[in-house]
Formats: sequence, structure tokens, C-alpha cells
Amino acid sequence: MKFAVIVFPGSNCDRDMYHAVRDGLGEEADLVWYENANLADYDAILLPGGFSYGDYLRSGAIASVSNVLNQIKQKAETGTPVLGVCNGFQILLETGLLPGAMLRNEKLKFMCHYETLVVERNDTLFTSGYEKGQEIQIPIAHGEGNYYCDDATLETLQQNNQIVFTYKNNPNGSRANIAGIVNKAGNVLGMMPHPERAVEDLLGSKDGLALFQSVLHHWREMYVTTS
Amino acid sequence: MKKVRIFITLKEGVLDPQGKAVQEALQANGFPEVADTRVGKYIEMSLSDSADVAQEVQRMCDKLLANPVMEEYSYTVEEGIKS
Repeated sequence: MKFAVIVFPGSNCDRDMYHAVRDGLGEEADLVWYENANLADYDAILLPGGFSYGDYLRSGAIASVSNVLNQIKQKAETGTPVLGVCNGFQILLETGLLPGAMLRNEKLKFMCHYETLVVERNDTLFTSGYEKGQEIQIPIAHGEGNYYCDDATLETLQQNNQIVFTYKNNPNGSRANIAGIVNKAGNVLGMMPHPERAVEDLLGSKDGLALFQSVLHHWREMYVTTS
Repeated sequence: MKKVRIFITLKEGVLDPQGKAVQEALQANGFPEVADTRVGKYIEMSLSDSADVAQEVQRMCDKLLANPVMEEYSYTVEEGIKS
């Protein structure tokens, strides 16, 4: 399976993501510079964390109108898994692939530590390797991770079962303790915590590895036939 | 040339932690009367006279400059600026 890690000026978790796929999961990954990118041959798209365009204007705003996002939207429409972590989540929100927006953390602090997440759904292609209700340790690192949406949007998210991860102890003020959501079709996941930073014991937790394994499992089920 | 000045703030009803912190600092520094403090962005730009300014500015704001999920914007246009 071949993953594309999209690199924008200011991305800084691209190598973590690359490492998670190559060394954690044992699959192929390329770091793909956002300009003149050709995503046709990739089986999954990863939007890494960082500060694309220095967070100018709003986090993720300028990356969200770059040409590569048009390709990502097309891939997303045809079912390709797209994972946006941290700044990648902010880009997915800004570009409209996921609903809502990010405000500054309630306490205005940049926070960088482990959080306990609750797996709300294990029937998505990203979470089949977890138990429903399982608590996992995944680090956060953000200043603007306070998920916001209006009442109508929250209701839609709940009705469509789009909330995949919640914080056990809400660190940033996010509505409904939301840490990660999927689109309606279930193939685009945005989350503030960093699963790619939790793929081996040396890092303090390997609870994030099952997310990548789930994506691989889905791909094998879909595209690899055995005789 | 036309001078366009765009003001972007968080929508009413969206919690503005930055505005709240600024307000509390003002109140603690001898301005107890301060209320409803909102921190926003100010963007200015020049546009050529031929442009349909109102329409262009609205399109820019909706596409990139403001995020309609959480922000609202207003703008002023000053005509006849010599380039």
C-alpha cells in the first residue's frame, strides 16, 4: 500500500507521519511536495501537522486553497482514505471536506502532552483495529484545537455518527469533547491528536499504530484478492 | 485606485478567548467599564478602479479571508486614491 504524505511550507510532522508508515506499519510512503504533486498512484493521503504557511490568516487557510487540495477532494470523492492530523485536520476543515472550524484553545495555551481518547466508533476504516469505547493514549500538540461548530452541525454529526474520537478530559474546550470526526462517507478523518507520534513503545505509547493498521487492513480487504 | 479596508471578527455567540483575556487585562488595569471585547483582523488592500469592488471583496472574504463557520466581516471602500 502506498501513502502520500503531503508537505506544505511549514509542515513539521511530515517526517513523523512518514516514519509511522514506513517503520511502524511497514508500507510504502512518499513525502510529496504540494506544488505540482501527482496523487494518482497513491492509495491513501496523509495531511501532516505543523504550521503550513506559518498559520497566516487562519490555521490551514492558505494551504486549503492550494491546487493540491483539488486533487485531494477528487480522491476523497472516489473513496480514497484521507487522514488529516492537527494542522492537517485544520486544512480539511478550511477546505470544507469536514464541517466546523478551530478556535484557539480555551485557555489560550499551546498544549503538548498525552491525552486519553475514547474510541467512539470502531466501524470506520480508520478504527477497525480498536474496540468500541477503548481508551487510548495519544499525544496532542496544538494551540488552536478547540473544535467549534453550530448546534445544527453538531446535531448532524451526532445523527450521522461522524464523531470518531472524543477526549476523556477535554483539554481545549472542544464542543462535545470532539477530538476527531469523519465525513459522511467515512473515508476522510480529521483529528487533532497525533497517532503518528504513538507508534512504538519508545515514544511512550503505540496506541496510534492500530489506526494505520486499520487503514491497511481496509485496503487489503478492498483491493487484494487471494486465491 | 480604490482603498479597501476589511474587518474580520468572530461571530457573535462564538467564544473569543483572546478577547476575553484582553478585556480582563483592561479591567484589571483601571478600565472596569470595558465590556464585549472582541479581537479580530484588519486587512487593507488597493484595487484598480475598473474592479467591481463590492462583489470582488465579498468573493475574497467568502473564499479565503474569512471563515464563515466562525467569522463575520465588514468592509469600507475609499474611492479615488492616486496610485
